[in-house]
Amino acid sequence: MSRAETVPVSEAVAASAARRPSPLWTLGLLRSELVTTLRRWRTLALLGVLAAVPVLVGIAVKIQTRGGRTVDHSGQGPAFMTQITNNGLFLVFTALAATLPFFLPMAVGVVAGDAIAGEAGAGTLRYLLVAPAGRTRLLLTKYTTVMAFCLLATLIVAGSALIVGALLFPLGDLTTISGTRISFAEGLGRALLIALVVAASLVGIAALGLFVSTLTNSGIAAMATTVGILITVQILDQIPQLHALRPYLFSHYWLSFADLVRDPVYWDDLVKNLDLQALYAAVFGSAAWARFTTKDISA
Amino acid sequence: MDGPSATEREAGDAGNRAPGQPEDAGKPAPGSVEASVIATRGLTKRYRGGQLAVDGLDLTVPAGSVFGFLGPNGSGKTTTIRMLMGLIEPTAGTVRVLGRPMPRAARAVLPQVGALIEGPALYGFLSGRDNLLRYDAADPTADPRTRHARVAAALDRVGLAAAAGKKAKAYSLGMRQRLGLAAALLQPRRLLVLDEPTNGLDPQGMREIRSLIRELAADGTTVFLSSHLLDEIEQVCTHAAVMARGRLVTQGAVADLAAGARGRLVVTTPDPAEAARVLKEQGVGDVTADGDRVTGEPPARDLAEVNAALVAAEVRVRGFTVERASLEDAFVALTGEGFDVAG
Repeated sequence: MSRAETVPVSEAVAASAARRPSPLWTLGLLRSELVTTLRRWRTLALLGVLAAVPVLVGIAVKIQTRGGRTVDHSGQGPAFMTQITNNGLFLVFTALAATLPFFLPMAVGVVAGDAIAGEAGAGTLRYLLVAPAGRTRLLLTKYTTVMAFCLLATLIVAGSALIVGALLFPLGDLTTISGTRISFAEGLGRALLIALVVAASLVGIAALGLFVSTLTNSGIAAMATTVGILITVQILDQIPQLHALRPYLFSHYWLSFADLVRDPVYWDDLVKNLDLQALYAAVFGSAAWARFTTKDISA
Repeated sequence: MDGPSATEREAGDAGNRAPGQPEDAGKPAPGSVEASVIATRGLTKRYRGGQLAVDGLDLTVPAGSVFGFLGPNGSGKTTTIRMLMGLIEPTAGTVRVLGRPMPRAARAVLPQVGALIEGPALYGFLSGRDNLLRYDAADPTADPRTRHARVAAALDRVGLAAAAGKKAKAYSLGMRQRLGLAAALLQPRRLLVLDEPTNGLDPQGMREIRSLIRELAADGTTVFLSSHLLDEIEQVCTHAAVMARGRLVTQGAVADLAAGARGRLVVTTPDPAEAARVLKEQGVGDVTADGDRVTGEPPARDLAEVNAALVAAEVRVRGFTVERASLEDAFVALTGEGFDVAG
């Protein structure tokens, strides 16, 4: 590919005039990619599990608080759970806090890890490339699809939590972590904002998973590696002696989304989180591109 | 997909040969680049670990030909095809497909090339029709407005119209092979690269595919057909190339290749000794008698005269034929080994 070679202009014109690709072609490829991803049984199962988490949390809280008892909150993470009985909207925050450390990134890791490696393993990658989809375009399409999945997965958790919260608990004005009260409409807006921030928090692991996916021809191996890295990073983040390393772990600022329920919003960690995700996307996105565009497709 | 690994295993001993050794038969005519659909020069692939899978290949596929690409398993056929399609970067040498360099001009070249590489690959959870829709969506030059019509036409052409709505995972090997062919026929193509297209098909399916290939060739499409079935190549191909251990052994018109190994005159008679004597007199070379069969290289003169001479010498003749040399004879003569030996 490094060999420079001049193509006669007349020849080039004749070839492009014969069949001119539509500028919207990339969107057609993206749509095909999205539809194909969403028609996989595995993807639907992951989304189903994610939708079930808020239901389980909602029912558990409902049962535990029957007869006027309060929730004994001794776990980690933001203290949203105690508020659910007062306002169903808090189930959205709780569900996102419960799924963000593992369920959501695991689902993203599975989809991202499978993106290239799964196609290579099935052999379909070579046919997409000789179609020719173009390596850079295919990679960008895959990454866009994985990010769309991040958003969809987060919205499914939030949507499911909102429905369950509305069915099981009262809705209304809510009290922020800072103690001030905001209207239900503003609370709903904050919930949507939180969902978007949570989706953006997954961009880093999506890029990492896609890079891993370009390294192997086995979809299962890529998924397992990505989820393995996720677990390892989560463990590293818990070890006090590795304190110097923590700000660079992609999961370190994940739960900062709780700061959006403060009044006023405390932006520092939120911005750090988004910066870190952008850094991961840039580093591993470039690595994936460098690998995928020069790789011999032998599967 | 065990193709590449087989190639790697096999290619090891080819690396010991002197590099750049000229192959007389493999040299294309100078200035043939314009008329050739595929032209490689010194094409070489050395895999990581130093195994030489393809060694200095000078392949020339004339426009409009049905080109048979022959070789034992692991002789470097698939690696070559992957380099032609821009899937693998050559270690050395150049590839031109449809007159443009690969893989640099892949965006312009590949839409005009239909390919079946190392068997079909399908999305099992999609129907046959949806598989084709997906592959078509990956082609930048494919018009989305005609997509459904073209997919239906391709399915019809390979005889899969009735099974188009079935999930691909329920397809038999033959049906998968047909769907792979349909994917190669989604657009009018100038070149079809078909790697073992009749794999997994029953005899009826093989016949159908062969007649489809002839039909496509009649429309002016160049067909590059890799196979390990010699009679298949003999039946459909106008030209052929033979690979062994990563090197091109020969290439040319099929008729010329078969003529390289000449046919033999076979006389069946109860008087073999007398027949052998007469045949030698008549200028038949290399006469050997084996039971009631006497064989030899046919002379330049009219064979009717030879037969008349036998009868005149009162040799009782039961059979008098010339056994045509097959491509297999040519192959054995060229490589000095049976066809299924993987080196």
